[in-house]
Amino acid sequence: MILSKKWVKDYVDFNATDKEFADEMTLSGSKVEAFEVEGAELKNIVVGHIEAIEHHPDADTLWVCQLDVGKDENVQIVTSAQNLKVGDYVPAALHKSVVAGGHKIEKGKLRGVASYGMMCSVAELGLTVHDFPYAIEDGIFVLGDDCQKVVGMDIREAIGLTDTVTEFEITSNRPDCLSVIGLAREAAATFKTELKVNEPVVKPGHGDVNDMLKVQIDEPSKCYRYVGAVVENVRVKPSPLWMRERLRASGVRAINNIVDITNYVMLEYGQPMHAFDLRYLEGNQVIVRNAKNGETITTLDGEERALSEDMLVIADAKKPVAVAGVMGGEYSGIMDDTTTIVFESACFNGPSVRRTAKALGMRTEASSRYEKELNPYSCLTCLNRALELIQLLDAGDVVNGVVDCNKVTKEQTVLDFEPEWVNSFIGINVSAEDQIKMLEAIDFEVKDGKIYVPYFRNDIEHKADVAEEIARFYGYANIPNSPLRGEAKAKLTPAQVLTKLVDSTLLSCGLTEICTYSFVSPKTLDKIRVPEDSELRKLVVISNPLGEETSVMRTTSIPSMLEVLARNYNNRNLEAALYEISTEYISRGTEELPYEKQSAVIGMYGKNADFYTLKGTVEELLSKVGLTDYDVVPVNDNPTFHPGRCAKLIAGDKELAVLGEIHPIVNENYGFNTRVYVASVSLEVIAEFRNATKTYTPLPKFPASTRDLAFVCEKSLTVLTLEKAITKAVGAILEDITLFDIYEGSQIPEGMKSVAFNLKLRSKDHTLNDEEADSAVKRAIKALEELGITLRS
Amino acid sequence: MKQQLENIKAQAIEMVANAQDRAELDAARVKFLGKKGELTAILKQMGKLTPEERPVMGQLANEVRSYIENLITEATEKVKKIEMEKALEKETLDVTIPGKPNTIGHKHPLSIVLDEVKDIFFGMGFNIATGPEVEWDYYNFEALNIPKDHPARDTQDTFYITENMLLRTQTSPMQIRVMEKEQPPIRIIAPGRVFRSDAVDATHSPLFHQIEGLVVDKGITMGDLKGCLETFAKQLYGENTKIRLRPHHFPFTEPSCEIDVSCFRCGGKGCPMCKGEGWIEILGGGMVHPKVLKTGGIDPEVYSGFAFGMGLERLVMFRFNIDDMRLLYENDVRFLSQF
Repeated sequence: MILSKKWVKDYVDFNATDKEFADEMTLSGSKVEAFEVEGAELKNIVVGHIEAIEHHPDADTLWVCQLDVGKDENVQIVTSAQNLKVGDYVPAALHKSVVAGGHKIEKGKLRGVASYGMMCSVAELGLTVHDFPYAIEDGIFVLGDDCQKVVGMDIREAIGLTDTVTEFEITSNRPDCLSVIGLAREAAATFKTELKVNEPVVKPGHGDVNDMLKVQIDEPSKCYRYVGAVVENVRVKPSPLWMRERLRASGVRAINNIVDITNYVMLEYGQPMHAFDLRYLEGNQVIVRNAKNGETITTLDGEERALSEDMLVIADAKKPVAVAGVMGGEYSGIMDDTTTIVFESACFNGPSVRRTAKALGMRTEASSRYEKELNPYSCLTCLNRALELIQLLDAGDVVNGVVDCNKVTKEQTVLDFEPEWVNSFIGINVSAEDQIKMLEAIDFEVKDGKIYVPYFRNDIEHKADVAEEIARFYGYANIPNSPLRGEAKAKLTPAQVLTKLVDSTLLSCGLTEICTYSFVSPKTLDKIRVPEDSELRKLVVISNPLGEETSVMRTTSIPSMLEVLARNYNNRNLEAALYEISTEYISRGTEELPYEKQSAVIGMYGKNADFYTLKGTVEELLSKVGLTDYDVVPVNDNPTFHPGRCAKLIAGDKELAVLGEIHPIVNENYGFNTRVYVASVSLEVIAEFRNATKTYTPLPKFPASTRDLAFVCEKSLTVLTLEKAITKAVGAILEDITLFDIYEGSQIPEGMKSVAFNLKLRSKDHTLNDEEADSAVKRAIKALEELGITLRS
Repeated sequence: MKQQLENIKAQAIEMVANAQDRAELDAARVKFLGKKGELTAILKQMGKLTPEERPVMGQLANEVRSYIENLITEATEKVKKIEMEKALEKETLDVTIPGKPNTIGHKHPLSIVLDEVKDIFFGMGFNIATGPEVEWDYYNFEALNIPKDHPARDTQDTFYITENMLLRTQTSPMQIRVMEKEQPPIRIIAPGRVFRSDAVDATHSPLFHQIEGLVVDKGITMGDLKGCLETFAKQLYGENTKIRLRPHHFPFTEPSCEIDVSCFRCGGKGCPMCKGEGWIEILGGGMVHPKVLKTGGIDPEVYSGFAFGMGLERLVMFRFNIDDMRLLYENDVRFLSQF
């Protein structure tokens, strides 16, 4: 809502600078976005009177003018404009002046003739021909009789460019503040002064409106009230300067007196108005009804629109002439030859207007107001204001009376006046008397322990709403701050503790945290080669996405990780090691919310990245969170991964993690020219199987014996197989087994490998002797021999 | 004999004085004090002396011996010290050469600030609540006093899954979910992802993070809301920080407010960061609407509460002077490694 200061001052007198006005209004609840003094950037432009005009000696299209600008000597200005004559009053931008757009004007020479400034068009004053309908676009603005033709006067004063324009952000609960009077009321309460609004007075006219117009409401639940009036002998012409000025300051273009009056009343009272040409109302009838199936209307903007049965229209005897509360039909407007008009001042159901405007894809000034629910009780006042302005502007002859079809059932909201409750709710101590004063200042009535809420305040329906009115006029700043009292029992949940631990561990492992979108393109699943029948294809699909790229919720975060790695790779970052604790969403149909699960996804490439670095990171993570009991299973059929370089970790019967090198095809899909490693670890499975309570193991009392053993086995055999067999065979005295070498080559038969372990043996209750250690080694060798694995000689 | 002892002493003084290193000092020790040394040799002649001379010479010999011993020991210490200094000098490093880099990763800026906010509220006794990101219309709107066709829905362009299922547009549904599960006193914050169908640009993202707060108890007032958030602002931005409440409208709080903090760059004098205002808006909040309490299963005649919400991205961008929100989601390591 853009507010003209001149206009609001008609209704309330306050003493404040523009800045103070903005600040005070903001703090009492009407938020000011910005304010601007009209014409602020114009400098040193004055009214000039053209005393003489001569042809430029060297240019046919240029004129040399002598202007009286109220100084001792005339000023010579050269112009190419062709619309000037001696005696005209014009805006003269003198030497060292600034015109609209911040352009500086200085003296100069045009084809050898000195020019001490410039004469301005309306555009150069920051205006349009709508502001001065007699001005031309491509010539100098010759001041008309509605301007002050005082030579040397500042041009802003001379043409009425002297308003301050304040832009408010009005919240959706306060449609009453989308009006000059509404804001004047707020200003009066804010500055503790009086609101002066008079009821419009229509002078007696001629005839009887009931002979000319019939109104009928078929849908009283959607149209609460329709008030119509008729004006004959309409004299369409430009509005007077004062009205044009106020419309301009409010950001509305002046068109002609009739259209301007409808806009003026809308801005002043917040009530949309419409004017129909009576010629096109067949049967001189207004019927407010639902559209019929198959009906269409061509709206004022020239678009033909199909209507549906749930849309409310204003119709005449035969056809819809307007979409109720949204936009008029093409013949409903005012034309040059219009002689008789019908003014509409109506009130429609908010949600109905909102749905219709949305369905038709046209949100208009009227619909955006109606959808917030307007006050049906002010329809008549607004119509009378329009008629009063018709008479004031001599824009037509008002026909006596109005047709008021009133179906309003809404009752006034009455609340208990509970000043003590308000005080305890807000934490203040304001007397009942003062509370009453504050409420009365905004037109609430308080009597006999009841609050009578004005009809224009739909938002007030509870004592908490009243508390807000008291609080904002008391001043939020004046409410004393108090510290929180009572018992505080903050404690992290086990899941939050786990997440913190995962974060700190992965950061310590050198991984950098990333943050990616939860929605992805469905194609990402193809990109990482997820099979058609996979669980991961149970997608949660967004019905109105911004684009395909962000149209489904991810079921796996691996593509997000790959995308980030690829972006870094393309940005020529030589290496990256990243992680994200991300949510994944598995659909459970439309009757249940999706299953949202969390994974820690790890990804890396670059000189320090390889399979075992990745695996080491995952192992470190699992060790830190207290999960040691899991199986590592080679995976050769996960299409996302290299068939020979992928493993899954199984805890209990659940898949704890999958990790490996990305399959070359996937690699290519993301445009990598380097090997990429990715792991995904399920936090839920960790939470299920982790042992969060650490206990201390006493330090050993007896020394350990170590033995190194190397075995030769088939290349395809996993190290884990050997490890498990050795562990089992050696038994309790095996404290630790560490792989320290794998060798394939000339000293080993083709297709075989040598695997070397270091065994650390220790007994809890005595020092192991050599025989015990040797016997343990023998057990290990024997166990492996049973598997066909031989000791390397 | 006395003369011999004096000679030995003089020789020893000279030899020690001329010694260049520990080897020469060791040689001196052997020469004078060793088993086959000169002093021993002289002492062997003691037998030839008279009983009267013997104790006198013996004392003198001992004096010379301990004198030479001290002399050599002192000289050895001195040489050792010099040798060590030489060795240390050789080992001198250029300490201006950069240290070996550690391989500790970098927390995402969003997490850094979120953790800070969490810690502050945790310290004030707030628990941390989490809930679904794919949410029912009921929790996201209806239960928060935003029925279908409410104009407030327009300001939060919503991604829908079905007619009733959507991506939450705010963390406020957590207010209802927490109230349904817990009885007062309630004191929680609920950080998390929210979604709105805004095209990506420097200040918009279809996905961003909010932090919701909710306090419900007997006798909670708007003064408590102010006190609580002032404490928060002071902890986040420093002791001199002030807050300013401006009336606003949210369907689920009444009274509602937007909350500004005094500009943490200029301290409120006005600068480009606060656009000359001296204030920066970081929070929205208010007293929980009695209808919302009731919907959450809490009797508004017995309890009252306040709620607030803030955008994490905004906090992060102000904190690190980041001018383009996209950087937060592009995850370029050159960006991330700055934090």
